Amino acid sequence: MSTEALLSINITNLAYIFAAILFIVGLKKLGSPATARGGNRLSSLAMLVAVLATVLGNDLMSWEWIIGGVLIGSAIGTYSARKIAMTDMPQLVAVFNGFGGAASAVVAAAHLVRLIDAGGDIAEDVSITIMASVIVGGVTLTGSFIAYGKLQGLVPTRPLLMPIRNVINVALLIGMIASTVWLVIDPSLTPFLIAAGIALALGILVVIPIGGADMPVVIALLNSYSGIAGAATGFVLGNTVLIIAGSLVGASGLILTRIMTKAMNRSLANVMLGGFGVEDGASASGEEETRPIRSIQADDAAMMLAYAQSVIFVPGYGLAVAQAQHQVRELADLLKEKGISVRYAIHPVAGRMPGHMNVLLAEANVPYDELKDLDEINGEFARTDVAVVIGANDVTNPSARTDKSSPIYGMPILNVDAAQSVIMMKRGMSAGFAGVQNELFFLDKTMMLFGDAKDSVEKIVSEVKDL
Amino acid sequence: MFDAEALIVALTVFVLAIFIGYEVITKVPPTLHTPLMSGSNAISGIVIVGALLVAGQAEGITGQILGAIAIGLAMINVVGGFMVTDRMLKMFKRNGDRL
Repeated sequence: MSTEALLSINITNLAYIFAAILFIVGLKKLGSPATARGGNRLSSLAMLVAVLATVLGNDLMSWEWIIGGVLIGSAIGTYSARKIAMTDMPQLVAVFNGFGGAASAVVAAAHLVRLIDAGGDIAEDVSITIMASVIVGGVTLTGSFIAYGKLQGLVPTRPLLMPIRNVINVALLIGMIASTVWLVIDPSLTPFLIAAGIALALGILVVIPIGGADMPVVIALLNSYSGIAGAATGFVLGNTVLIIAGSLVGASGLILTRIMTKAMNRSLANVMLGGFGVEDGASASGEEETRPIRSIQADDAAMMLAYAQSVIFVPGYGLAVAQAQHQVRELADLLKEKGISVRYAIHPVAGRMPGHMNVLLAEANVPYDELKDLDEINGEFARTDVAVVIGANDVTNPSARTDKSSPIYGMPILNVDAAQSVIMMKRGMSAGFAGVQNELFFLDKTMMLFGDAKDSVEKIVSEVKDL
Repeated sequence: MFDAEALIVALTVFVLAIFIGYEVITKVPPTLHTPLMSGSNAISGIVIVGALLVAGQAEGITGQILGAIAIGLAMINVVGGFMVTDRMLKMFKRNGDRL
């Protein structure tokens, strides 16, 4: 190799190290909302550095294909980033996870085609990492699209259980190992295509039995897979920046997965085996509920709030569905003008993905320092006059603390029942995702305010104004 | 042409990067978890580097088409991921920073 070529390779690799540093610093700046935006810009600069180093450091041809791909991808990316509603962020992240996995798998395919054309002498480690890349990428692709379908309501959200699915899954796993061995012994496209087909089928089979309420865990896990697929592609191509950035994403997804499963008091295995809520839902709806509840109207609620000294709002996904976040912020502003302390209690699994509720409230201009997580706020309920639960259910159910037979027993909950009084806004008396009746409804201190969350809050706002 | 040394180097990089990722990302507060996920969508678009290499070094039409598809998919993640993350982070304001 000439000195010049060697120098060029070194410069490219130095640029990759620089890009890796920028990615890490960029992620570090996500440690605070004040610096997060700058951090995201640093990460995008890192991407630019990595792309420029690749383009300038290698003799690339077929520019018409490269530019075509860049233009089409950028146009789709720009369009979806601009148009997506904040309530639909989980769907967007799911689809992007899928594209990330697919891109890794397709890169592995293209590399294999090139190696076969060049004579087919492929090192064992390259064969194995090509298979890892296509398998993880393929599972991520179809798994993400099923998750998208469940979130969007296109695929039934109830867990779909096939009787012999474990047999099928084991057969598919054996098929994967066999095709990998085949590719190592005889490098050709056939075993690769078999593995790709198996991976695509497995992605569907793994996600379809998981219930809609567990989708946040699934998206976080697939987020991790999309990174791992990228890192595997880095091994295929011997490219450090791909390995580093892919690993960072892989670690991020795994951490979020753990946070979500902990917040639901479930193990990852329990989520992945699926079927949560099926039997429990049936037993809970079996008994007719006869205990009395107290129901109030918007004017009573307005009175309670206006004469309180401290109020905590407890938003759940129902708030996002009703698009009530702007009205809630308006009510909060009115109460603050009266000198009432207002805070928001956000459970880790509120919303449809980690941190979803925070984004929805930020969109309605709620300052982020009023948003408190479980550990920060739970001690405060006892000193709070009114807790207003809007569209949240299971995460406020006191039986998670006491009732060992409850399917949500042991799940960390918001201690809403410790507040002086509770206003529970709900459409009706239906149970939450977990299919369990909420004991909070039947407490003496709980007032139920039935109706659409947006209408109810709007009415309270006008009543408070008239006081 | 199995290159054990290169594989060990790659594994070292991989393991260390996982540890760095773990340390850095556990410090991201829950309020930023959604932007963290969309931001990591964008970062997983780093596979654009691999896509450029396979597309730009492809000898035949199959490789070129696969390369272009990979570039398109990766660019959706890169551009869409960074843009939507910026759109979200722009909305996060503290008491007092509001107009």
